[in-house]
Amino acid sequence: MSDAPHAEERWQRANLALACFALDPAALGGIWLRARVGPVRDRFLKGFDLAMRGKTVSRLHPDIGDDALFGGIDLAATLGGGTVTRTKGLLDRPGVLILPMAERAKPRLAARLARALDDRKGLSLLALDEGAGPEERIPESLADRLAIHLDLGDVPLSDAPELQLDTDALVEARRVLPHVTVPDTTISDLAQVAFRLGITSLRAPLQALALARASAALSGETEVDEADLLTAVELVLAPRATQMPEAPAEQEPPEPPQEDDSPEDGSEDSETEDDTPHVPAEMMLEAARAMLPPDLLARMEAGRAARNAASASGTGAAKKGNRRGRPLPSRAGRLGSDTRVDLVATLRAAAPWQPLRRQTTGQNDRLHIRMSDVRVRQYEERSDRAIIFVVDASGSAALARLAEAKGAIELLLGEAYARRDHVALVAFRGDGADVLLPPTRSLVQTKRRLEQLPGGGGTPLASGLKAALELAGLAQGKGMTPSIALLTDGRANVDLSGVANRAQAAEDSRLMARAIRAKGLSGLVIDTGLRPTRGLDELARDMGVPYLPLPRADARSVSSAVDAALDVA
Amino acid sequence: MTEKPLTGPFPFSAIVGQDEMKLAMILTAIDPGIGGVLVFGDRGTGKSTAVRGLAALLPPIRAVAGCPVNSAAEADVPDWAHVHDHSVVEKPTPVIDLPLGATEDRVVGALDIEKALSHGEKAFEPGLLARANRGYLYIDEVNLLEDHLVDLLLDVAQSGQNVVEREGLSIRHPARFVLVGSGNPEEGELRPQLLDRFGLSVEVQSPRDIDVRVDVIRRRDAYDRDQSAFLADWHDDDMALRARIVTARAALARVDAEDAILRDCAELCVALGSDGLRGELTLLRAARALAAFEDAPSVTRAHLRSVAPSALRHRLRRDPLDEAGSTTRVTRTVEEVLA
Repeated sequence: MSDAPHAEERWQRANLALACFALDPAALGGIWLRARVGPVRDRFLKGFDLAMRGKTVSRLHPDIGDDALFGGIDLAATLGGGTVTRTKGLLDRPGVLILPMAERAKPRLAARLARALDDRKGLSLLALDEGAGPEERIPESLADRLAIHLDLGDVPLSDAPELQLDTDALVEARRVLPHVTVPDTTISDLAQVAFRLGITSLRAPLQALALARASAALSGETEVDEADLLTAVELVLAPRATQMPEAPAEQEPPEPPQEDDSPEDGSEDSETEDDTPHVPAEMMLEAARAMLPPDLLARMEAGRAARNAASASGTGAAKKGNRRGRPLPSRAGRLGSDTRVDLVATLRAAAPWQPLRRQTTGQNDRLHIRMSDVRVRQYEERSDRAIIFVVDASGSAALARLAEAKGAIELLLGEAYARRDHVALVAFRGDGADVLLPPTRSLVQTKRRLEQLPGGGGTPLASGLKAALELAGLAQGKGMTPSIALLTDGRANVDLSGVANRAQAAEDSRLMARAIRAKGLSGLVIDTGLRPTRGLDELARDMGVPYLPLPRADARSVSSAVDAALDVA
Repeated sequence: MTEKPLTGPFPFSAIVGQDEMKLAMILTAIDPGIGGVLVFGDRGTGKSTAVRGLAALLPPIRAVAGCPVNSAAEADVPDWAHVHDHSVVEKPTPVIDLPLGATEDRVVGALDIEKALSHGEKAFEPGLLARANRGYLYIDEVNLLEDHLVDLLLDVAQSGQNVVEREGLSIRHPARFVLVGSGNPEEGELRPQLLDRFGLSVEVQSPRDIDVRVDVIRRRDAYDRDQSAFLADWHDDDMALRARIVTARAALARVDAEDAILRDCAELCVALGSDGLRGELTLLRAARALAAFEDAPSVTRAHLRSVAPSALRHRLRRDPLDEAGSTTRVTRTVEEVLA
């Protein structure tokens, strides 16, 4: 599966997607482009500019304010001119919006954009997602509304020639588009394919339908045919898949679902066409199967951690620093929709200047306030706490205390819930560590993940700490205050590279522990061994956190101990 | 919107499935006193579509033309509003969207900065709560809304009054509205105290049946392709539903609830261990609204049975870690108590 969606193919698909999008941007909602900044993305954007020629293209940024989106009072002009001057918002007029750094968009922006796209007033969006890992991606609510999902992550420049757009064909296609008809079976085929790919949202098949229409119009047809449907599946449905489609039971020799490196589309067509009655649906599934993101299997193994990560991280960002806090003295600032003017302070700031301003303007009948007088209110906020549980699920721990550790975490979760803390879960076993759950407040998810946590294998303590450290960095980036709670029996025997080597493993975990201390993270080490392990208190010292041996303690006492330790920290 | 049926939101009656959600919304339309509706579920299941469709479906209200709080009569218009046009006109039932990240100022209203700065006047600029009076306030992703705003909203929704004390203003105005919140539980949960304040709660799921899904897509596609024809097709259904809602509103006062039914309500709530008496009250009101909707003379156990899950599922005292669906618990208890 490593090279299944070939880079070149993907690039061509991007080209096709662009053409379809250019044809009917409003119906398709937009493109979610996942690619780092680089020449390949630049080429795509160049093609995009070409395709969007004649349309209003505006750029947003992830922290854009409401007055820019919806319009508002231009205060500088209003104060200067003495009459109300309004600005027009970007969402008020039809056009194409480009959102760079889309992975950093906050839920509030996502909600506004989603709403604007839902209104179907001719708006569409190109979201440029520059996320590095699977945890960093655009908010799910936005992704759901953008029909085309493209990943140009590892397309080399050599495979990405300049995009060609046949503008004449586009003009012709635009004429044909309203007349494109859809065979009656198409809708049910698309619904079926989407369902079997595990796509719950009903927007996806609708978008696929719109894309199939655009594709038909592009090739000058007035009826959607199989090729168009395949395109729609490739561009819209396959990237959203959350499960491998299973061949239906009643079909003869079904391809085993794991057959991912399936033959090229062409040969499949001929194969499936003559043996199955449900030609289009099966064919589309086949195409989707060949297209499925290479990490899908990995994702499914991790209990779809990556997929849920997005929503979870979105939540975290939403809660970050947006609560009201203790009021602080006002300070000079700009007026905006999300600031509150301290009127008294503003007037106070303006007062000394009144005589002077009256003189210079010659107007005596009004209060002279300049932008520089405006004072806005400020609040001090405390960021939310995120507790990262690093759980040892290795064989030694699993046998002894895994169940108790789970019990303790569940109790802690209950308390975290009451205090509205965020909780994250990292488990390490075998040769590495997994982030089972990025910081989230969803208790249901955490509980489910924890239940499914399997045990067994070596003890890659260093990898677990490393994963926790990275997660802590991510949480800090979102304005949370992370703490790390490590539950282990301490017998590290797998090093960072995943090789069983006791000495190296101990050295690596010490290094990671020091790195954690260097970051100044609070935390706690809980020894879940049957009797206290000597190395662990040293490790705790290296991490700069308290050490808590837990011989024969029940879950409840762990919980209270952790709570006490973390509250002090 | 209701005057010209040729453009408008997706018709309420054309929504496929999601009967519980639709019923819950209809019940609040019949008796706004039931309280808000909380809709939790997957994306793309028609939550917002239903709310917007409901707006077009509801009968228009009669209100003073220029009044910012949609007062029914001239006498009710607040002093601060300085309304010039006192004629009473028909307005569509307001359904106001509360966008995520709205500031408190925009929600409750604040000093009109524009007037303060340009004319030196101290005037009140009404917020979303004023506009939602006598209608609906819709919050998508209510679980992502800042906690203090949720508190504020629920408080206003209960008291029916919005009190503004800030920046030298002291203003109160009626704010009676039905709160509709929607969200996806995977992204975060609402505090139990807040859950309890919603009258009804509904869990929606993406339909599992292919035929239903196909139907959804087909209708939505038809709507997107030719809005006016689609709206014309469904106009009669919407109007019939509207007529039923209007009749039910009138019938509401006449619907009987016998002592035995009251006892059933209480027994149900006790068996489920729901806190306070809000559960009983909502259950009874919802059952009565349903009886009125079905044109029944009195509330029966069947009515209780069908509204019990919506009215009670979010009121169970739950262990936050208990994952067993509260719906199942409610249904089971209902079966036991009303056996």
